[in-house]
Amino acid sequence: MINIPSTIKISVRALRVNKMRSALTMLGIIIGVGAVITMLAVGTGARQKIGEQIASMGSNLLIVLPGATTSGGARMGAGSQMTLSMGDAEAILKECPAVQTVAPNLGGVAQVISGNQNWSTGVTGTTPGMLVVRDWQISEGRSFTDDDVRGATKVCLLGQTVVENLFGSIYSIGQVVRIKNVPFTVIGVLDRKGQSPNGQDQDDTIWIPVTTAQKKIFGTTFPGMVRIVMVKARSTEDLPAAEEQIKELLRQRHRIGQKQDDDFTVRNLTQMMQAAEQSARIMALLLGSIAGVSLLVGGIGIMNIMLVSVTERTREIGIRMAVGAKTWDIRLQFLIEALILSLIGGGIGILFGVSGSQVLSTIAGWPTIVSPFSIFLAFSFSGVVGIFFGFYPAMKASLLDPIEALRYE
Amino acid sequence: MPLIEINDISKIYRLGDIDVNALNSVSINIDKGEFVAIMGQSGSGKSTFMNILGCLDKPTSGRYSLEGVDVAGLTRDELAAIRNKKIGFVFQGFNLLSRTSALENVELPMLYNGLPARDRKGRAAAALDKVGLSGRENHHPNQLSGGQQQRVAIARALVNEAPLILADEPTGNLDTKTSTEIMELFVRLNAESNITVILVTHEHDIAAFSKRTMKFLDGRVVSDSPTIKL
Repeated sequence: MINIPSTIKISVRALRVNKMRSALTMLGIIIGVGAVITMLAVGTGARQKIGEQIASMGSNLLIVLPGATTSGGARMGAGSQMTLSMGDAEAILKECPAVQTVAPNLGGVAQVISGNQNWSTGVTGTTPGMLVVRDWQISEGRSFTDDDVRGATKVCLLGQTVVENLFGSIYSIGQVVRIKNVPFTVIGVLDRKGQSPNGQDQDDTIWIPVTTAQKKIFGTTFPGMVRIVMVKARSTEDLPAAEEQIKELLRQRHRIGQKQDDDFTVRNLTQMMQAAEQSARIMALLLGSIAGVSLLVGGIGIMNIMLVSVTERTREIGIRMAVGAKTWDIRLQFLIEALILSLIGGGIGILFGVSGSQVLSTIAGWPTIVSPFSIFLAFSFSGVVGIFFGFYPAMKASLLDPIEALRYE
Repeated sequence: MPLIEINDISKIYRLGDIDVNALNSVSINIDKGEFVAIMGQSGSGKSTFMNILGCLDKPTSGRYSLEGVDVAGLTRDELAAIRNKKIGFVFQGFNLLSRTSALENVELPMLYNGLPARDRKGRAAAALDKVGLSGRENHHPNQLSGGQQQRVAIARALVNEAPLILADEPTGNLDTKTSTEIMELFVRLNAESNITVILVTHEHDIAAFSKRTMKFLDGRVVSDSPTIKL
């Protein structure tokens, strides 16, 4: 039987009488909600960027690196020894059931010349499997084939950055580029991939058949050696199994005894990304607790002002009680007032949060994403704050003695 | 059945260690349509009596039934409902809501009995018309004279068609001419609409408008007789 529209009207009028006070009271909520929105935007943005980077590296990716050499007691770091061969790569593909594709890599930096342009870039010798492993597409032309690998043909695929630097707007397919003075025919252009998680330009690359790299560009001491082997597992769930299978297989192939260290390392990039995501989550949690504190302070501000308001309007409450307002009529009136304060504060806070996130991404260059869920969350949170902190003053108002209240000056 | 049946009610306040007997076994019946003036010095218990009549306060002992309903056993909200439907209050200080138009002040009791908004406006306007304030619906209390403000308060008391109006020194803040006008309004409402009016006053010429006068002294009714017309 409580008349909600009239109660809302009464509350709005009461708030409008003290505009400045209402605005200041809202400030706490505005800051709190603004912080919540910004915090969620930064968190979501960071997570999405990390996700994109994982995807750009290639999903379910394992990298097999050669082990460390020891030279005069000083260990030289992973990859300083060439212990992986084409045979290892083929064996991994054949004998590890959790593995979908492999791509042996042998690369280095080389000077590349085309016509009167030249450019220094990373040249990677690999197999067609690389496209699958790295989830990479060909944007123009075609990929090289297993026949190219077998025949060590002099064909290459160019990354977008290389195309821009060597050819500009000229159509590059069919042109000849010279890598370390060896002429290669451009047969395809790789799709744009953007930055890697550590900030490298992934498009600054040239792919050639791995055999060509071994024989013509990066002559190796032992024929058939490769720098690293990239492996794509069948699924995310298969990653640990694939890792185990590869380790087992390579220990066998490299004849490593029970007590000897591996001469290779298997890295799980997805796990590394998940660690990065974890740290982003901790950052968000930290910002979240700041937002929580300011919402709490804002809530206390609302409670404070509502208590003042109840005292100021004691006589009004008395009049309402005398003409028949029941406990919940009075309680609801003050609750709605607190709720309106917190919800308007929440609404303004959302605007501030959204523009704050935009400013952050413009000025600081952080990726921010304001999700509808975060807006919903912040808005309902401010509503909860209003009800929670408005309840005590509303309770106090509704329990006033009407005679005392009417006599109040 | 009398409108008000009061049987041996007492009210004891505790002030520190001392018990104050504000009302001391008062028994009174008031019928529908009566016009009663209650007189007495301050501290005589008349205000306490009015508060109990108005269901704002409960007696310490004794029985009070209003239109046959025993008020003693009712909860806070049930008392509020009784005040809403059966009692109209008129106060010395008018007690209107400031920053609220005359019409909305009169609408106030109807906010608490679930009347739809469109009915409220019409009934409030009719009540204002009845007290001679049509055309002033949108004036705020600070734009109205004392007499006009008291008329708004009377309209508010009338709007739920309560059978009983309790007026606590309704002319205490008004000049003689305006006081007479207000008292004539009460007389007219009493005569035309058969509304029971109970008013508290200090002044004999105000009490003279009533039909029955009660005098309180030290928490007791010391005289109860038809009003002597001057």
